[in-house]
Amino acid sequence: MSTKIVIDPITRLEGHGKIHIFLDDAGSVDRAFLQIPELRGFEKFVEGRRAEDMPQITSRICGVCPTAHHMAATKALDDLYGVDPPAAAKKIRELIYSTFMVEDHALHFFFLGGPDFVVGPAAPKADRNILGVLGQVGLEVGKEVIGVRKQLRELMGQVAGKPIHPVFGLPGGVSRTLTAEIQDEFRAAAARAVEFGTFALGVFRDVVLSNPEYVELVTSEAYTHRTHYMGLVDAANNVTFYDGKLRVVDPGGHEFLAFDPRDYLQHIAEHVEPWTYMKFCFLKDVGWNGFAEGPDSGIYAVAPLARLNASDGMATPLAQEAHDELISTLGGKPVHHTLANHWARIVELVYAAERMSELAADPEILSPDVRTLPTAPPEEGIGVVEAPRGTLIHHYRTDERGLITSANLIVATQNNAARIAMSVDKAARWLITAGEVDDGLLNQLEMAFRAYDPCYGCATHSLPGQMPLLVQIHDADGEVVRELRRD
Amino acid sequence: MKPKVAFYWCASCGGCEEAVVDLAEDVLAVVEAVDIAFWPVALDFKRADVEALADGELAASFINGAIRTSEQQEMAELLRRKSGAIVAFGSCACLGGVPGLANLYSRDEILDRVYLEVPSLVNDEGTLPEEDAEVPEGHLTLPAFFDSVRTLDQVVDVDYFLPGCPPPGHLIKAAVMALVDGTLPPVGTVLAPDVALCSECPRAATKPQKPQIKAFKRPHEVVADPDVCLLAQGLICLGPATRAGCGGVCIRANMPCTGCMGPTGRVVDHGAKALSAIASLIDSTDEDGIATRAQEIPDPVGTFYRYSLPASLLHRRVTSAHQ
Repeated sequence: MSTKIVIDPITRLEGHGKIHIFLDDAGSVDRAFLQIPELRGFEKFVEGRRAEDMPQITSRICGVCPTAHHMAATKALDDLYGVDPPAAAKKIRELIYSTFMVEDHALHFFFLGGPDFVVGPAAPKADRNILGVLGQVGLEVGKEVIGVRKQLRELMGQVAGKPIHPVFGLPGGVSRTLTAEIQDEFRAAAARAVEFGTFALGVFRDVVLSNPEYVELVTSEAYTHRTHYMGLVDAANNVTFYDGKLRVVDPGGHEFLAFDPRDYLQHIAEHVEPWTYMKFCFLKDVGWNGFAEGPDSGIYAVAPLARLNASDGMATPLAQEAHDELISTLGGKPVHHTLANHWARIVELVYAAERMSELAADPEILSPDVRTLPTAPPEEGIGVVEAPRGTLIHHYRTDERGLITSANLIVATQNNAARIAMSVDKAARWLITAGEVDDGLLNQLEMAFRAYDPCYGCATHSLPGQMPLLVQIHDADGEVVRELRRD
Repeated sequence: MKPKVAFYWCASCGGCEEAVVDLAEDVLAVVEAVDIAFWPVALDFKRADVEALADGELAASFINGAIRTSEQQEMAELLRRKSGAIVAFGSCACLGGVPGLANLYSRDEILDRVYLEVPSLVNDEGTLPEEDAEVPEGHLTLPAFFDSVRTLDQVVDVDYFLPGCPPPGHLIKAAVMALVDGTLPPVGTVLAPDVALCSECPRAATKPQKPQIKAFKRPHEVVADPDVCLLAQGLICLGPATRAGCGGVCIRANMPCTGCMGPTGRVVDHGAKALSAIASLIDSTDEDGIATRAQEIPDPVGTFYRYSLPASLLHRRVTSAHQ
C-alpha cells in the first residue's frame, strides 16, 4: 500500500466523482474506489410539499433529465390519486417522453461518450470532445446534431412549458391540449429524428465496427462484467420507456423476475458504504454479497445495454433491425460488454424516434379530453419510467390533504452504481501495472464508467458539476510524487 | 482583445448548463465574441489555470448554483478574486432555488432520512457516509456539508443577477453581448425586465382588477380554462409578484407561475410579496372567511418561497421540523 492515485474529479459525465486507486508495493492495483462526494437530500425536504408540486420540484434533481423525473413523479401522482388518464393524455406524455429520449441519447453519443470512439481513446486530449467529433464527421453533420436537438427541445417546450423543467404533468393527465399545427411540427421532427437515428447508426458502424482495434476494445475482458440486468418491458417483452413491467434477467440471460413496478420494495434494496454518498442497489431476491459479479451476486445493471438484455427486442422495425445486428455481432444475449452501451444507446435512439413518429401520427393526440380529475383521497403512489440512464422510481406517501409525508427515490444511476464501481476497479487492474500511468490509460479508465452515461447529480439527488482531470500520485507519507494534468 | 469569461456551477442541477447548450447555434456567436478561460462542462481548463490568472483578469464569471459545500465557497471566492464582474446565473445562485428548501430541515435529518430511514434500505448496522473512512486498502475522505444552503451573494459580492430556472435564452445572450459591447448596466442590476410577469402574460386582459377570489383551487382539482387569468380561476399564480422575462412559458402550458424569476426590484422578500399580492385578491373581509381561504393554501412555504427561501428574511427553519 505504498501509493495512492487520485483522479479528482472525473470528467464528461453529469455530476461529481473522484477515483482513488491504491497500489501495492509492486505498483499493481490493490483496489480502485469510485467516490461520489455529494448529497442534496430531496427525499427529506419534499416532506410537507403539495403532492401535485412533485413533478416540478423533483425535476430539479437533474437539469439534464428533468423530463424523466417529471414523468416518474406524474405517474406516481396518477397512482396516488387512483386516476387513469385519458388515452390522449398518455399518448401526449409518451410523445414528449420519446422526444426527450431522442435528444438526450444524442447528447450523450455526440457530446459526452462518443468522443472516446469517434475521435478515439488514444487521440490527443484536446481533441477528445465534441469539437473533435465535428472534426471527424464534418461541420455540416455537426450542425445537423445541433439542429435536431434544437428542434426537438423547442417542441418539448411548446407542449410541456419548458424543455428544462417541464410543467405539464398533473395527476390524471396533462395540463393542455395539442393543436393541429403542433402535431404537424411533431410529425416533421419525428421524420427528421428517424433519419438522424439511422445516420448515427451509420457513424457507429463506420467508426467503431469497421475498426478491429475498437471491436477488440469493446469485447475485452477489462470492460466485461457478468451481472443481472433490469429494464421496463411491454406485454410482448419489448423495450419500453414510459410504462410496463420490470423484468430482470440473470447473467445467463434467463428471466429471473418480472414484476409490477409497484412491488419494487419486494425486489430492490439499497446498500450503504461509509466511503461514498452513493447508495448501491441490489436484488433483494439474491442479496448483497459485496462487489461481485455472477448469479450469486444481487448486483444488476440498468440503462441501454441492460434494457436490451432484459427484453426480447424492440417494438419498431428499424430499431429491431439495429438490435439484431448488435446482438448477433456481439455473440447473443446477454451482452456483458459495458462499452456496448454506446451502441445500444443508438439502437434506443432509433426506437424512440420511431415511437415518436407513431405517436405524432396518431389522430387521438388532438383529443380535447386530456384530464381525469381525481376524486379519491390520496394515500400512497409509485411511479416508474425508464430514464435515459436507467430505471427511475418515485414513491410518495401523503396525508389526506395530499401533502407529502414521506418520499423514496431510486434513481437511474443508483441501480448501476455497484456495477460501475466494479467496472472502475476492474479496468484499473487491467490497465495499470508496475505503477505506470499515462493519460491514455487514465482515459481508458474513465471510459469504464462513461459508457454508463452516469449521472451522479441524479444518483445522489445531488449537485452535478464537472471539473478537469487532475491525477496526483502520493507516496506513503502523503507527499505528491507525481502529477498528471489534462491540458 | 476579446474579454475573458468563466462559467462555473455550484449546487445546481445542471439545467443552467443545458440552457447555455440550448442556445444552439447562438453558442457559436458567444464563443466567437469571448475568450472562455474556464468552463468545466465543455472545456478542460482546470482550477489551477484559474489560480494562475492575474486578479481581475477575467472580465466576468457566470456562476450558477447555490452554496452548500466548502469547495463551492472556495471556488466562488477564487472566481471573485479573478473576475471584474460576477454574474449570479439562475435561481439557485440568485435566491437559493428549489434545493434551498432543504433549509427547512437540518443536515442530520437529511442524512438520517437518506441512509437510515427510506423503506428500500438494508442497513442493519446503521452505516452512514463518513468524512473520514478507513477501508482495508487505506483512508478515504468525503467533503463535509454546511448545515444551510446559501445564495451566491451571501458568500461573495455579486455584480449582476440573471434569474430564472433556468434563465431564458434571450436574456443569457443579451447579458453576454452587453459584456462584450461594454454596455453593462450599473452594478447590482438584475439582467431582466423590472416589471411583473402579468405585463407580458397572454391572459393579462382577464386579470382580476379587484378582490374576487372566492376559493383557492389546486392545479390538480380543476381543468383550467386556457384563455382566462389563472388567478381569476382561483389558482395561485405568482405572476403579479414575479419578474417578467420568461414570456410566461408555464402559463402558456396552462400551469401557474411558481416564481422562478424572483421578485421585481426593491422587493426584499419574494415570498412575502407574493403572499400579500395573492391575499389582496381574496374576496372576503371577515376573519373566518380569510381563515378558510388560508386553509386552502396547505404549504405556504413551498408555494410562495419555492425558489427563494435562503434569500428570504426567513432564510431557514431554526428548529427541527419535527419539534
